[in-house]
Amino acid sequence: MKIVVCVKQVPEVTNVQVDPKTGTLIREGVKSILNPFCEYALDHAVRIKDRFQDVSITVVSMGPPQARDVLVRSFELGADEGILITDRKFAGADTWTTSLTLAEAIRTVVPDYDLVLVGKQAIDGDTAQVGPEIAEILGLPQITYAVDVTLTSTRRQVRVTQEVEKGYEVIEATLPALVTCSKGEVVRRAPSFKDVINARQKPIRLVSASDLQIPEEQLGLQGSYTQVVKVFPPPAKKSSLLLQNLEAADAAREIFGFLREKRFVE
Amino acid sequence: MLNIDHEKCTCCKVCIRNCPFGALSLVGGSLHVNELCTLCGACVNVCRFDALSIERKKASPEELARYKGVFVWAEQDEETSPRKPRKVVLELLGKGRELADKLGEDLVAVVLAGPGEVDTEVYGEHGADKVIICQHELLETFSTDGFTNVMCAVITSKKPAVVLYGATPHGRDFAPRVAARLYLGLTADCTGLEINAERQLVQTRPAFGGNIMASIITPYNRPQTSTVRPNVFPVPEEKKDSSLVKEVFPVTLNRAAIRTKVVEKRYLDEEGDLSIEDARVIVAGGRGCQKAANLELLQDLAEKLGGVMAGSRAIVEQGWIPHTRQVGQSGTTVGPELYIAAGISGAIQHVVGMSSSKTVIAINKDPEAAIFKTADLGVVGDAVEIIPLLSALIEEKN
Repeated sequence: MKIVVCVKQVPEVTNVQVDPKTGTLIREGVKSILNPFCEYALDHAVRIKDRFQDVSITVVSMGPPQARDVLVRSFELGADEGILITDRKFAGADTWTTSLTLAEAIRTVVPDYDLVLVGKQAIDGDTAQVGPEIAEILGLPQITYAVDVTLTSTRRQVRVTQEVEKGYEVIEATLPALVTCSKGEVVRRAPSFKDVINARQKPIRLVSASDLQIPEEQLGLQGSYTQVVKVFPPPAKKSSLLLQNLEAADAAREIFGFLREKRFVE
Repeated sequence: MLNIDHEKCTCCKVCIRNCPFGALSLVGGSLHVNELCTLCGACVNVCRFDALSIERKKASPEELARYKGVFVWAEQDEETSPRKPRKVVLELLGKGRELADKLGEDLVAVVLAGPGEVDTEVYGEHGADKVIICQHELLETFSTDGFTNVMCAVITSKKPAVVLYGATPHGRDFAPRVAARLYLGLTADCTGLEINAERQLVQTRPAFGGNIMASIITPYNRPQTSTVRPNVFPVPEEKKDSSLVKEVFPVTLNRAAIRTKVVEKRYLDEEGDLSIEDARVIVAGGRGCQKAANLELLQDLAEKLGGVMAGSRAIVEQGWIPHTRQVGQSGTTVGPELYIAAGISGAIQHVVGMSSSKTVIAINKDPEAAIFKTADLGVVGDAVEIIPLLSALIEEKN
């Protein structure tokens, strides 16, 4: 049984700062990491593999050559093989072209997949569109916002606990299917020394534009339906009153006064 | 790809400073672009020497002009009878009206619902010219396949210029499917929408966790589709209206087309509990609350102010509160009258989820905490000590 997990390399955006003079991102010293939601998807794949010995996990990433690092990280966490889709022709891809490229690579390299797991969104783009778009292109049923992913006893269906606005719903779909994940293990898995050493030996297959059956005009910027016309810093934030060095009781009184002034307390 | 005309380039470095991705540099005295380039075009916009260009394909204006009207997916509140739309739908009708007026075209609400009674007047009262009603027993509750099939049928038959969806869990689930099936551009979580001189929809959204904003167009095909976060645009004022056109759209849908099955429902919040999306007052906790038990102090304050308790992703991941209470980019966008942030550092992902709050009070031990930049009143101190004292003052007053 084959599980495909799509993974993305992202900047650790919590630490990304904007240069106040130029309004652009300061990228020096910002680490690249495995997108946390992708790691959650991998968590679920590894858990299924723990339960069923014949499961193999293929991680797929599309990005520049250095995206190799997230495949190696995925190996440390339990993936078996990797596919790196990389080519200058993919640059400027929007969600649609990205999805088309990932879907086509999965169809070409892992045609016998049973389950595709992805993160619900990447923390840099935050669109949450690539998962559903891959599902549509591959013609798969989809279940979004998963917190738990298991197989039914016959292993013909996937059973997913899905976050909904009021709580959770448990949803089933017949395999092959695609699931987007919003939570994984609360306690992160720490790879052992052996995992780290073994990760370096696992195979990574490189896929370039010429390996895929996609016309060149549908790749990268050429194939994208959306186009960025302007990038600018977010609007300046309002100025505020900051109170320091107050005793807790005085602080409470200040806030109370403010609430009365704004009529939140009558 | 990015073309650099080295004859025109003066190596002035303006583009290098303006590249958000650090993709440009001077190598051996000439401008060089590396693989970090995403073709965002920021450099092309700032180059004064016309040395940078990006090849783009062209679209036929006649073909694009055949698509007309601004459509809004009128997501239904599944608990109302007769069925009413969710609040975000009214917000979209307000913004949609502006776009439709600018284009001189109709604003149309699209209702997908079960066979029961549907309130349609509400659409006219909030600015729609027309409502398209699609009813079928398989649309009673949401399914990705059912809603995708019907929405695709409506779009291919009616050919709108713009389709807007609320960026709710269901909107974010099926809008990309519709886009992929019909080969459409889709822009997620827009915070700004306008029509430019070329009659294109300009969609503005935060990226990199809100650190930069990007304006995006969909120049080559129609409709242009976007999802919009709740609580970003205001609900328009109600007006009396009798000119609303109602059209019943015939739906054919087969049970076999729906490939997912709900086998169990586990709802967390009590009946009648206010969701954080609609709350007037929110008291939100972060890691600075130290432990789950301290959240009771926040809950108590929230109750005294007639509001609800919420929290940051950090405490949801710790399991202190359920995901239904999470504020932020990967949770819910809220827009209350009052937002009290207790022990929340103010990571940009959190801030984009609460920045439309009218009044913000922040309490944090760290005077450098980013949350203070969005607050109307900031207090440096320990929220766990201050909040119960504040609750006591309110109690006394009452």
